[in-house]
Amino acid sequence: MTAPQDETVKSMRTPLGRVRNLGASHSGTTDFWRQRITAVAMVLLMVPVIVVVMMLLGNNHAGASQRLASPLVAIVLLLFIIASTWHMKIGMQVVIEDYVHHEQLKLAAIIANNFFSFAVALASIYAILKLSSGV
Amino acid sequence: MTARIERPLSPHLQTYRWTLTMALSIVHRATGVALYFGTLLLAWWLIAAASGPTAYAHVHAFIASIFGRLIVFGYTWALLHHLFSGIRHLVWDLGYGFKANERETMTWGALVAGISATVLLWIVAYMIGSG
Repeated sequence: MTAPQDETVKSMRTPLGRVRNLGASHSGTTDFWRQRITAVAMVLLMVPVIVVVMMLLGNNHAGASQRLASPLVAIVLLLFIIASTWHMKIGMQVVIEDYVHHEQLKLAAIIANNFFSFAVALASIYAILKLSSGV
Repeated sequence: MTARIERPLSPHLQTYRWTLTMALSIVHRATGVALYFGTLLLAWWLIAAASGPTAYAHVHAFIASIFGRLIVFGYTWALLHHLFSGIRHLVWDLGYGFKANERETMTWGALVAGISATVLLWIVAYMIGSG
């Protein structure tokens, strides 16, 4: 047996070791796992969120903003918004990757998806914090 | 390396016999996409509440309209269906419920639970204060 002459072999790591848990996108199963974490979070949050929405029904602006400003309501909604916007960002990316085959268009759609999800999240979080600070 | 290899492709969707789990898989994705855009409604409502009485009145007027109610009703069903259908997916992720009768039962269960919970919630909502 002769030693490998290949110049490209500089690392002691095997090819399998280099790619294990990473895959083509170098983030491995991170998205898959976060999609499930956020899903479980929303299963737990669904009942509190429904209670909050029911509490707000039939209120005018003064009543609704007062209730939205209470810490427990604000925290439940903040958690739900973070979980849902994260979940929907990953979900939409999967849909885009499934149906948009044109490379540039796919890239543009994925960027738009990131912007949309982040903007919805930030706008909602900002609104709740503003209501909570009572300004 | 750049030569294209003629790999076998899976048959197109249309060649398969239509099944319940297949239809509901598409519904799960469709409700997910609907909810994606539905979050705009939630964000609009929260921003309006933070902006003041005039902005809040606009949202209220929209939700109280027939069109608005239809959208919120649709949103409620999409959310609850996606929830129950999603729980089914979590069960599958854990490796359970793959037998024919199990997956059929879970799928029917998700469909029925989503519709019943939506109707039930709207009845309660109308009893509380009709939006």
